[in-house]
Amino acid sequence: MNWDDPAPEGDVVIRTRDLTKDYVLGAETVHALRGVDIDIERNEYVAIMGPSGSGKSTLMNLIGCLDTPTAGQYWLNGEAVAGKDDDQLAHIRNRLIGFVFQTFNLLPRATALHNVELPLIYAGVAAGLRRERAERMLDKVGLGDRMEHRPAELSGGQRQRVAVARALINEPAILLADEPTGNLDSRTSREIMDLFGELHQGGQTIIVVTHEADIAAYTHRTVLLHDGMISSDERKRPTRGLAAARPESDFQPPVGSAAEAT
Amino acid sequence: MRYREAFRLAFSQIRSQKLKSAFAVLGVFVGATFLVTVVSVIGGLNRYMEEDFGRRIYGLNTVTVRRVPSVQFGPSESARRAWRRRPLLTFQDAEAVQAQLEVPAIVGVESHSGGEVQGPDGTTLGNIWLTAASPEYFAIRNMELAMGRTFNEAEDRAGSAVVVLGADAAEELFASRDPIGKTIKVQGSSFRVIGVMEKQGSLLGISMDNRAIAPSHSPMARLVNPAGVVDEIVVKAQDEVAMGRAMWELEAIMRERRGLRPTEENDFELETAEDSMSFWTRISQILYATFPVLVGIALIVGGMVIMNIMLVSVTERTREIGVRKAIGARRRDVVRQFLVESAALSLMGAAAGILFGQVGAQAVSAFTPLPVSVAPVAMVGAAVLGIGVGVVAGLYPAVKASRLDPVVALRAE
Repeated sequence: MNWDDPAPEGDVVIRTRDLTKDYVLGAETVHALRGVDIDIERNEYVAIMGPSGSGKSTLMNLIGCLDTPTAGQYWLNGEAVAGKDDDQLAHIRNRLIGFVFQTFNLLPRATALHNVELPLIYAGVAAGLRRERAERMLDKVGLGDRMEHRPAELSGGQRQRVAVARALINEPAILLADEPTGNLDSRTSREIMDLFGELHQGGQTIIVVTHEADIAAYTHRTVLLHDGMISSDERKRPTRGLAAARPESDFQPPVGSAAEAT
Repeated sequence: MRYREAFRLAFSQIRSQKLKSAFAVLGVFVGATFLVTVVSVIGGLNRYMEEDFGRRIYGLNTVTVRRVPSVQFGPSESARRAWRRRPLLTFQDAEAVQAQLEVPAIVGVESHSGGEVQGPDGTTLGNIWLTAASPEYFAIRNMELAMGRTFNEAEDRAGSAVVVLGADAAEELFASRDPIGKTIKVQGSSFRVIGVMEKQGSLLGISMDNRAIAPSHSPMARLVNPAGVVDEIVVKAQDEVAMGRAMWELEAIMRERRGLRPTEENDFELETAEDSMSFWTRISQILYATFPVLVGIALIVGGMVIMNIMLVSVTERTREIGVRKAIGARRRDVVRQFLVESAALSLMGAAAGILFGQVGAQAVSAFTPLPVSVAPVAMVGAAVLGIGVGVVAGLYPAVKASRLDPVVALRAE
């Protein structure tokens, strides 16, 4: 434990100190992350950007507790993550992190409802309550009428909404989205980003990993990575999306998916 | 709770890949089928042998003196030659036994052959089991008559040409007419029918009712054996203890008659029901010894197939495993998912095998003379083995799946 740099208090959801990740490939060692210090507070809306090979995927994997750092510290929700074993990390992922992937990563044979229920199964929630909560969450992302559909029967945007519902079902500390619009057309992308905007306004902490400036424009802060280090970290007003386009009082929840007949 | 979820998942997975699942469990299916069928058949035979065969063929507490063993279990050429050199059994032997035996016992003689009989209306039946026997035969063999009477001592001594027919022989020769008092021809010789036996049923497919039994000194004697020769001297004692003594005395009497020196072996056979069933005991021992090996091979092969299918399944579902781990599945959750799946798969194969084995056993009993008894132990055993094979075969793939790195798994195609 680094006593000079104590665990974060208050509103800091994510704190990393000197976060380092090396990959050993044969005789060569690749330094994917070379000491990243970052603090993200509750209800921040952050874009992590960078060209491929910049280390943004590695950073996302570490923040998402999918991987463990070679060196450095990481606190998530006030808890030190380094040194946790596989099952403890699984527990953290289940309770504190909601993933949204570029390729949706839904279980193809399961219905939308069952996909959303899945994290609750691993959290040990009883079947009745599981269903109830999953239904409510699907309603919230505007898929109340698609619960029994399988992913193949849904459009890309709808699938990503299912994925968002799944990510949020356990009320995670952070929503971690990896190129969430990478497989969507521009209109559907906008809808998903609007949904993110809404969630953010509802208090959700959101981290979006992207290489598209368009998408980063929806966020309030852009962290730029280069060669495994943070090259810039800017807080700003979003230039796109709900917060940019409309005053907060004006906000309307996204409706259904009638517009999403792609 | 978690298990219920795992089962639900397993069945949906199995359902979604019916053909693959069916192939995966083929080995277990065959093993279970085999186990249930064979155990049912052996069990049925065992019971049949013990309960029916011994009593019906040999009679209780009965010792039979024969020239050669009645059941020959793969004898060597030299043993066969030695048997051929043995003297024939005669009426004199039987009379000596009767005279010298001290243990109270019924002594009878029997000779058997096959031949044809002809009814009064000319109906000819081939392949009839012909017996020339002393009057004690019916008592010794526990045989009851359906009508008429058996022949008596006087008729036997006089060599009367009277005959008792088996139920089927009587039926076929006389249909619904009364056979008593009618004359039939056995191999051309005339016999008067005096009785008909109760139906005995069949034994291992051989009808016990196609037969004609006449006194030992009647013309039947010459139809089945050379003059003066008998096939068997049968001694029925009152109980097991008396039978043991009778056996001992019989051996002494026969050895004396044959003039055997103490160093010489018996040149005759003494058989009891137990002795003669020893061939069956040996067969069932061999079956019981070899068939677990065969079932084992089927299950091992079945297990390897399941393991392979599960490994393929793990590879195919790497992405799914990654997703599950990303949203919070722990190692044990993944292990459980795949173990339950392979156990369920294997159990389904075993269950199908158990059902099919039952059908097989019923088919054996319906289309062959072999009796069958249901073997609940075999069924439970097959089910347990099925689950066991599934768990063992699923262990490695399940552990492999649980150890997947989520980062790598999520990147899989």
